[in-house]
Amino acid sequence: MAQTKKPLTTDETMTPETTDNTVKAPEYTGTRVERSNREIAELANRTYQHGWVTDIEMETVPHGLNEDVIRLISAKKEEPAWLLEWRLKAFRHWQTMTEPRWANVRYPEIDYQAQRYYAAPKRTSKELNSLDEVDRELLNTFEKLGIPLEEQKRLSGVAVDAVFDSVSVATTHQEILAKKGIIFCSFSEAVKNHPDLVRSYLGSVVPYTDNFFAALNSAVFSDGSFCYIPKGVRCPMDLSTYFRINAADTGQFERTLIVAEEGAFVNYLEGCTAPRRDENQLHAAVVELVALDNATVNYSTVQNWYSGDEQGRGGIFNFVTKRGKCLGRNSRISWTQVETGSAITWKYPGCILQGDNSVGEFYSVALSTNYQQADTGTKMIHLGKNTSSTVISKTISAAHGNNSYRGMVKVMPRAENARNYTQCDSLLIGNQCGAHTFPLIEVRNKTASVEHEASTSKISEDQLFYCKQRGIGPEDAISMVINGFCKEVFDHLPMEFAVEATKLLSVSLEGSVG
Amino acid sequence: MTEVAERLSDKEKFLDARSKPVEDHAPGWLRQLRDSGAKRFETLSFPTRKDEEWRFTDVKPIVRAAFEPSMQPPREAADPAVAAPHRFNAPGWTELVFVDGFFVPEASQLPDTGGLHVTSLAEAVRTDGALARKHLDTLAGDSGNIFNALNSACLTDGALVHAPRGYAETAPVHILYLTTNRQENRAAHPRNLIVLDETAEVTLIESYAGLTEAPYFNNAVTEIVLGDAAVLKRYAVLHEGPRGYHLSSVRVQQHANSVFRSFSAFLGGKIARNELKTRLAGEGADASLAGLYLAEGDQLIDNATGIEHASPQCTSRIRYKGVLGDTSHAVFSGAVHVHRDAQKTDSNQLNSNLLLSDAAAIDTRPILQIFADDVKCTHGATVGQPPREQIFYFQSRGISEAMARAILTCGFAGEVVDDISVEPLRTRLHNYIYNRYSPQK
Repeated sequence: MAQTKKPLTTDETMTPETTDNTVKAPEYTGTRVERSNREIAELANRTYQHGWVTDIEMETVPHGLNEDVIRLISAKKEEPAWLLEWRLKAFRHWQTMTEPRWANVRYPEIDYQAQRYYAAPKRTSKELNSLDEVDRELLNTFEKLGIPLEEQKRLSGVAVDAVFDSVSVATTHQEILAKKGIIFCSFSEAVKNHPDLVRSYLGSVVPYTDNFFAALNSAVFSDGSFCYIPKGVRCPMDLSTYFRINAADTGQFERTLIVAEEGAFVNYLEGCTAPRRDENQLHAAVVELVALDNATVNYSTVQNWYSGDEQGRGGIFNFVTKRGKCLGRNSRISWTQVETGSAITWKYPGCILQGDNSVGEFYSVALSTNYQQADTGTKMIHLGKNTSSTVISKTISAAHGNNSYRGMVKVMPRAENARNYTQCDSLLIGNQCGAHTFPLIEVRNKTASVEHEASTSKISEDQLFYCKQRGIGPEDAISMVINGFCKEVFDHLPMEFAVEATKLLSVSLEGSVG
Repeated sequence: MTEVAERLSDKEKFLDARSKPVEDHAPGWLRQLRDSGAKRFETLSFPTRKDEEWRFTDVKPIVRAAFEPSMQPPREAADPAVAAPHRFNAPGWTELVFVDGFFVPEASQLPDTGGLHVTSLAEAVRTDGALARKHLDTLAGDSGNIFNALNSACLTDGALVHAPRGYAETAPVHILYLTTNRQENRAAHPRNLIVLDETAEVTLIESYAGLTEAPYFNNAVTEIVLGDAAVLKRYAVLHEGPRGYHLSSVRVQQHANSVFRSFSAFLGGKIARNELKTRLAGEGADASLAGLYLAEGDQLIDNATGIEHASPQCTSRIRYKGVLGDTSHAVFSGAVHVHRDAQKTDSNQLNSNLLLSDAAAIDTRPILQIFADDVKCTHGATVGQPPREQIFYFQSRGISEAMARAILTCGFAGEVVDDISVEPLRTRLHNYIYNRYSPQK
């Protein structure tokens, strides 16, 4: 058949002869598969599309980390004394700790003194009253990233907190949210306007003693989002934070805190990008979620930090501590993540299921290609009665990528009737990559029911043959299989994110298959 | 006293036996092997709970206890009769009986096996040590396990089985290690070497039984080399005494198309830990590791299994089941490592656990590390109780809940036993399970 010769990747090479041979010539060029192929080809040529740098005047602190730098950051942010004290305590504790090396990732020694711990776009006026006063260059930056902050003002749908390097630039839709009593603002604003709330929850889920990177973050965190949903309120729109690293040799250390009061409900989305640079940049964030009685928090992440080039140069070191505490009865915390970026990913969003009948969920797709290394998974700690958790992890390794799932399910003695189901599947593309699974199950109660399943495979010849038989070429077949493989996780993402995630996967895998 | 100084004295104590004059006529190479074991023992440190592999097993009770290691048999002669109830006494079987770590020929049965070479290691070393010299410590030597090094340092006796090329077995070989109360706080370091040449087929039972209530320490090492297309069925039955400590290490090297079928039953011992690691070095090798651990009281049973797929087209299966009662604690880790060029690997791993008591604890870690793309690897782990529906089914037919639970527990544990091809052993284990979990007890 003529179709077997049909070039699949680009539009121009499609010769008129092939179209002449078929009766439905005009429709042929327009099939969905063809269109998406073109799209993929276009995207692939662009490789990492968020790799540009915004030229903007920055206000930074000197390189290095010491108590003076922390005092300076705190002073710049006009923080109360208790917060500075907390930072310093965290810093002193951090100095006693050693960097963890147990993860299945390899990277050169990080010089913590060579980093800059604060970088913010210079402000023209002290107080911003509306978006119009925000630097044009900044608004353009976010527009270019597909987050038009100005438009956001008019369009309802998603409320965005945009974080540029160390500070939050703008938060949209604050008025509508305020009417419902919802607080959604940058962390610095929250410290100023709602100090009691921040003080009572900060570090309650991830204490600064938790781990090396959490301690570092606690000492130098610059901004992030704060969200508080009052009792019985269902958040009328999805909340979102968009993180952008721009400045060179600057680390980003943001901190997100979400508190859902009794019966509250919120969907939270997080996205991130960074410019292409040959040096590695450090990102160490902390996310804390608290859910009280009957509250639900759904936290979704599409992580697309710069992942380094094909030789593995550059890229973000992503060391993140994310944890949710189901404090109340019947509370529910759900993590959904799509990890496609970063040179190194070290991330284990977990749930502490403390309230009776609470539910924890973790849905993850992690892709590592080129020389990316991901060590990610979850920790489900069952403390309350009738608690249940679900873990679905899908990892895809291609080129020289290495992907590890590291999970822990712990059922404590008082957790009667705890239930866990874990499934982690790995897909290998190419013979230079690796897929690893390190689950750990600790059960201290006989009524627990814990199941763990894992599989590793490549895309089977049978599947490809089946598609081929029906006229679907290898590239399309592979992208279909991968989409099917990830579907269970994508189903838990909000629409826009699911579309973006699907695109990201196709782009990242372009060229590594076939 | 500092921790370090304490550790040193702990170590010296273990090597004490070496300073006493040994009345054997060990050849130079064996002395050298012991010395290098002692050197490794001195450089390595005892595992703590910070070592990932030993995270859940605290060896302090063994390190701190005053076990008296001895490279000499106790003065009082062993009574061959003690072995009788633990032997199979089946016609044609070869049975080697060791009491407190030393071979007792009077209690053993060594029929003509038509080519199969079965002897005590001490005897082999005395007469013709070529095979032992060639293989000893080649697999366990650089394992990084301090107890393996200790075993080498104190190496005196054990079993040697050598099947020549093409040997087809006629009857199983049973190696029985008994610990008696002849000497309190005794440490023994049995060492087994099993070598199967090309296409040889052997069935082997290795059992450890404690006949004493007193504390003792068995530190066994078994090295197995399987030549091309050799087939070894190995059954290990660990039934140590209530205060017996058992650490053992089994290292297997499998050449092309060899088949290794392993089944381990853990029935007793205060702490019983077994490391079972096989390396699929040749194409088409096949390993299947099955196990059953039944724990009660304050027992700790730790199974560390590992399969290294170093060649293409190999198959591996791991299937371990556990039943835990009282305050017992079990640990299972299964590590499957697939090398870069080990394409067409087929690997499957399952660990299932039944908890009978609220105070029982289980830690399970099925690990997969895969560097090849054309592989089929799965693993699974479950922890739970018999489903309520099943118990209800029994009750609806007039069977009490206690009886229903007993039947389901026997069924759960019996499943892995069913696959045992040696009839007397299978029956013995089925009866044991039935007696242990029947409600009339």
